[in-house]
Amino acid sequence: METPALIMVIVVWSSVTLITGYFFWKVLSLPKHPEPDSFPDNDEIEK
Amino acid sequence: MSNTASAGWGSRVGLILAMAGNAVGLGNFLRFPAQAIENGGGAFIIPYLVCFLLMGLPLLFVEWSMGRFGGKFKQHSTPFIFDAMGKAPYWKYFGVFGIFTNIAVAAFYCYLESWALSWAYYSVAGTFTGMSQTEVQAFFQNYIELGTSHPVIFWIICLLMNTWILSRGLSGGVEKVAKIGMPLLILFGLILGITGLTLQASPDGAINDGVVGLNYLWNPDFSTIWSFKVWVAAAGQIFFTLSLGMGSIHCYASYLNSKEDIALNAMSAGWMNEFVEVVLGSMIIIPISIGYLGIEAVTDMVSGGSGLGIGFAVLPKLFADWGAFGVVAGLMWFGLLFFAGITSSLAMGTPVMGFLDDNFGIRQSRGAWIFGGIIFLLGIPCVMSPDAFNEFDYWAGTIALVVFALVEIVLFAWVFGMDKGWAEINAGADIKVPKIFRFIIQFVSPVFLIVVFIGAIPGIIENATKDTSFYGWMARFLLLALFALICVFVYIASKRNKSTKLY
Repeated sequence: METPALIMVIVVWSSVTLITGYFFWKVLSLPKHPEPDSFPDNDEIEK
Repeated sequence: MSNTASAGWGSRVGLILAMAGNAVGLGNFLRFPAQAIENGGGAFIIPYLVCFLLMGLPLLFVEWSMGRFGGKFKQHSTPFIFDAMGKAPYWKYFGVFGIFTNIAVAAFYCYLESWALSWAYYSVAGTFTGMSQTEVQAFFQNYIELGTSHPVIFWIICLLMNTWILSRGLSGGVEKVAKIGMPLLILFGLILGITGLTLQASPDGAINDGVVGLNYLWNPDFSTIWSFKVWVAAAGQIFFTLSLGMGSIHCYASYLNSKEDIALNAMSAGWMNEFVEVVLGSMIIIPISIGYLGIEAVTDMVSGGSGLGIGFAVLPKLFADWGAFGVVAGLMWFGLLFFAGITSSLAMGTPVMGFLDDNFGIRQSRGAWIFGGIIFLLGIPCVMSPDAFNEFDYWAGTIALVVFALVEIVLFAWVFGMDKGWAEINAGADIKVPKIFRFIIQFVSPVFLIVVFIGAIPGIIENATKDTSFYGWMARFLLLALFALICVFVYIASKRNKSTKLY
């Protein structure tokens, strides 16, 4: 491959893959939001 | 009131995959590489990514937040989402585009999707085995000219599949398909991409290595980035690829509750689409077809910028030459295109079902069959004639998107107000949206869209004044009638909503 094409491929593919992976990983790793109508007082207390 | 209001997404990952599936379509694999070759090769990615950052992502934020805002009022389609945001009575009629476009695009898109389904079947059945390149092209030509009953049969199957899945609801139908379809699509894309890139030239096989095609696609011609035409092409590709300006994103987001994140969800779904398009989309058709046919032949085939010819008339023959793996490769390629298609067409049905449910109390299962019936009737001229297909594609699939996006960003940033709009985007956000996006949404994106619209005006005039066949005229009439009919339904619904004091 010619150098300019190779640089474009490496830069673009790696950037897009990393950004995509980062945001998807963030979605998977964040804790679930509580239900909007739930109240902390109603939560069961762990003993 | 709304029966689907209680229906929603089963999981966050399901929503993101469905939203990404909505965006990922046949164009990611066929149109993007063809557009890149036509507009400067690797250099095309510069205007393309600039358009993604200055127009694509801002519009994603806007559409997601408008949708979630509408959900607060139990509205899942744009006429009454716009009505809730704009207050003035005329905004809901601009929102009609968000139903019109989905119906009109689905009418021809389901037919295109059925090609992928039938080609997957032909690949498994070994139909292309032993055929020459000319014979495969003749087979394709015969198919689209309805020389056989298969196009109609597969189209009907495809419509029934779409309708049945939609009738199962969001979490029971659309989300399940996205959860199966999207991972398979990415897996198939990776396998085919690696096969394409590792293609080796040999005396009785490929004439070029796979990397020759990759080099041709990505070799940048930087002189093109100053061309207005290239920027319009890049902006157009961003529109098509992200399914912006359709109303389907609004509908999906309207099933979120008001405290759920949209910023990270929008980023994740948007970038997932970019991965499929920029990475997977550039690994398959160009490296494989240049490997076997050479640069000159492929350049001729992609002129026009659609890539459909290579996808359906060239690759089947190349796969057939791969022996047993060719059958699997054909199934993966057309299966991938089918998954890309169906996850998009399902998204086109939900705003219509939401509109019928929210405003007329028609349950989602019945709404799905009404949608299926409408796209069957409107799809007939598209199946019968390429002229009708092209009219639907141009007016609904191109121009209506730009008009709708321009209207919605003005409504969001200037009528609803950027203070409230920015608060909507950030409400419940799991990531901090850079403040620069506030400025971009308010000033840069509207200007960008105005420029894109102005750039489209010569084409609009040319297309509006050119003569066409009987089916072409029928398509124009049907599109106008459809828009007018939806306006009437919106008017009736507005009277009903007023009587029930919805807002």
